[in-house]
Amino acid sequence: MPEITLIEALRQAMDEEMERDERVFITGEDVGRRGGVFRATQGLYDKYGPDRVIDSPLAELSIVAIGIGAAMVGMRPICEIQFADYIFPAFNQIVNEAALIYYRTGGDWNVPMVIRAPYGGGIGGGLYHSQSVEAFFAHRPGLKIVVPSNPYDAKGLLKSAVRDPNPVMVFEPKKGYRLIKGEVPPGEYTVPIGPAAVTREGTDVTVYAYGMMHYYVLQAAEMVAQRDGISCQVVDLRTLVPLDTKTVLESFKKTGKALIVYEDNRFLGYGAEIAALLSDEAFEYMDGPIRRLTGPDRPGVPFAHTMQDFYMPNPDTIADAIRDLAAY
Amino acid sequence: MATPNKETLLDWYHQMVLIRRFEERCAELYQQGLIGGFLHLYIGQEATGVGAIAALKEHDHVITAYRDHGIALARGLDPKRVMAEMLGKVDGVSGGKGGSMHLADRERRFWGGYGIVGGHLPLAAGIALASKYEDRGEVVLCLMGDGATNIGYFHESLNLSAVWELPVVWLIENNQYGMGTSVARASGVTELVKKARAYGDNGRGMKEGPRIDGMNVLEVYEQVSEAVEYARKHGPILVESLTYRLQGHSMGDPERYRTKEEVEQYVASGPIGRFRAYLIEKYKNIEPKLDEIDARALEEVDEAVEFAKNSPDPTFEDLVRHVYVD
Ligand SMILES: Cc1ncc(C[n+]2csc(CCOP(=O)(O)OP(=O)(O)O)c2C)c(N)n1
Ligand SMILES: [Mg+2]
Repeated sequence: MPEITLIEALRQAMDEEMERDERVFITGEDVGRRGGVFRATQGLYDKYGPDRVIDSPLAELSIVAIGIGAAMVGMRPICEIQFADYIFPAFNQIVNEAALIYYRTGGDWNVPMVIRAPYGGGIGGGLYHSQSVEAFFAHRPGLKIVVPSNPYDAKGLLKSAVRDPNPVMVFEPKKGYRLIKGEVPPGEYTVPIGPAAVTREGTDVTVYAYGMMHYYVLQAAEMVAQRDGISCQVVDLRTLVPLDTKTVLESFKKTGKALIVYEDNRFLGYGAEIAALLSDEAFEYMDGPIRRLTGPDRPGVPFAHTMQDFYMPNPDTIADAIRDLAAY
Repeated sequence: MATPNKETLLDWYHQMVLIRRFEERCAELYQQGLIGGFLHLYIGQEATGVGAIAALKEHDHVITAYRDHGIALARGLDPKRVMAEMLGKVDGVSGGKGGSMHLADRERRFWGGYGIVGGHLPLAAGIALASKYEDRGEVVLCLMGDGATNIGYFHESLNLSAVWELPVVWLIENNQYGMGTSVARASGVTELVKKARAYGDNGRGMKEGPRIDGMNVLEVYEQVSEAVEYARKHGPILVESLTYRLQGHSMGDPERYRTKEEVEQYVASGPIGRFRAYLIEKYKNIEPKLDEIDARALEEVDEAVEFAKNSPDPTFEDLVRHVYVD
């Protein structure tokens, strides 16, 4: 099987979905002729033309809202927000319109659209090019949220997102766009929205993560297995909403110890919900504190590389947190 | 408007050359990995920043987008501390937290570069509101790119400043592209200054100002000076400076959206060469003086780099500070 990068997998997914369904179109800033700033849509403009790969003005609110309108009447838009940090002008459209249409019409209309946005730090982008925004949107029912951590899932999840009858937000770990490579089979497949994946079986500590942090967690799990003989059960959440509570709970029951890793701020971050779920529904299995390793509660990822490095969890700090918890 | 004397003109020349040399060095440091993240150069647009800021009084305010190095230097920020910020060092103007796109200096009333396009426009209106409220007679110069005129912030800010008669000079630096998208592909009107018409009429509200040659520092100075005085007396005015960025949008831009010939044409009519030629024509035997200024600018850049390299890296304590005012 050929190895490709995460970004190439996303590109393939969009290409195949556009080929399959004429209602699929892409819009966003410089997604057309330029092929996107990260090259996610490279080649699609030449193949599908300016009517289906549409360069938008610099206007995030409209990029999303046009998608909502078009989706309401049957199109299948893929709206690209160039960096997740720029999504906030569209916040109202996402949480007040996209999330609510199906509900407010008593199930009459729906919004089958995709919003793609690269998120996360580690590329020196500084305050406005490094943010994790999933918690803001995970809070609002009506939106689905996926965060792929590898090329196989990226392609399969994005294809499912395009076909899903609901608004789906796809947050893509930009640091992993070219760094993370993996095998992707030729031909048609999808990865369903919903199920988490157990990516490593273990018995001592369960580690939950998604996106870039999952990539680091696997490295950390290998480190502690080699050096400390600690056996980790690793869960790649993949879909944040709706959450696969079954896999989350079952994986916890094996070890009784949970570490949740996310690079967003700690306070009210996505991992807090996992912690609440475990304490609520698996209390008798608990064999230690439920721990989180996260970005600090600071309003942004600062520019200087030293501060960025302190900010982001990495395989070493994750391994330390696993050791701590295993020893508890 | 004061007619600039020889000393002032030479000062502008110095500023423009300093900005150019500073940024050329930044590009090198970026290639060497000493500057990280994203780097947006102002090369080609120096006359707009220098001429417009020269039109302000010390107590006036400046705010701009992320393409901000030239604006910061023209406003008199210390090149050493700006360079330290570029390198993410503790002696940087924001202690390494902001980086290239978010330079700022309270004392010089330079309220910063902003990474979210258009986000600073309503802030400019707020600064102007404060000035008007307290009758301070201060004007806000708010620079933005052509691309920024298509986001909602622009329209809300212009309208609001018109209705409330706020002292703002809205200055569009039309360098003809927002990233890879040309003005014509992104904006319903291509003469961007006409956007003022939606927010003013018959001498009321927003004033439609001039479209100026942004490659000519003298013209920028004269026209923006008039706009500043208009804003001080009457309220908001929209001005469009026609300029060009000679480099890519940011480092590593493959620039497929424009031709080499197009860029070369603007290199030939670049703002610094033009101004130098003007000075040589105007003042006899000025060339040695200009060469001396060129050499001084280079030295200042060398010193800035030296200073920045020797400045320490921020620590974990720096990361966790400055979330709340105690
Ligand atoms: C809200 C927002 N959307 C998108 C971006 C990404 N982006 C950065 S600069 C830019 C183009 C801006 O063009 P213009 O306003 O003309 O300024 P110029 O780069 O030409 O100086 C884009 C799309 C951003 N920083 N913020
Ligand atoms: Mg522009």
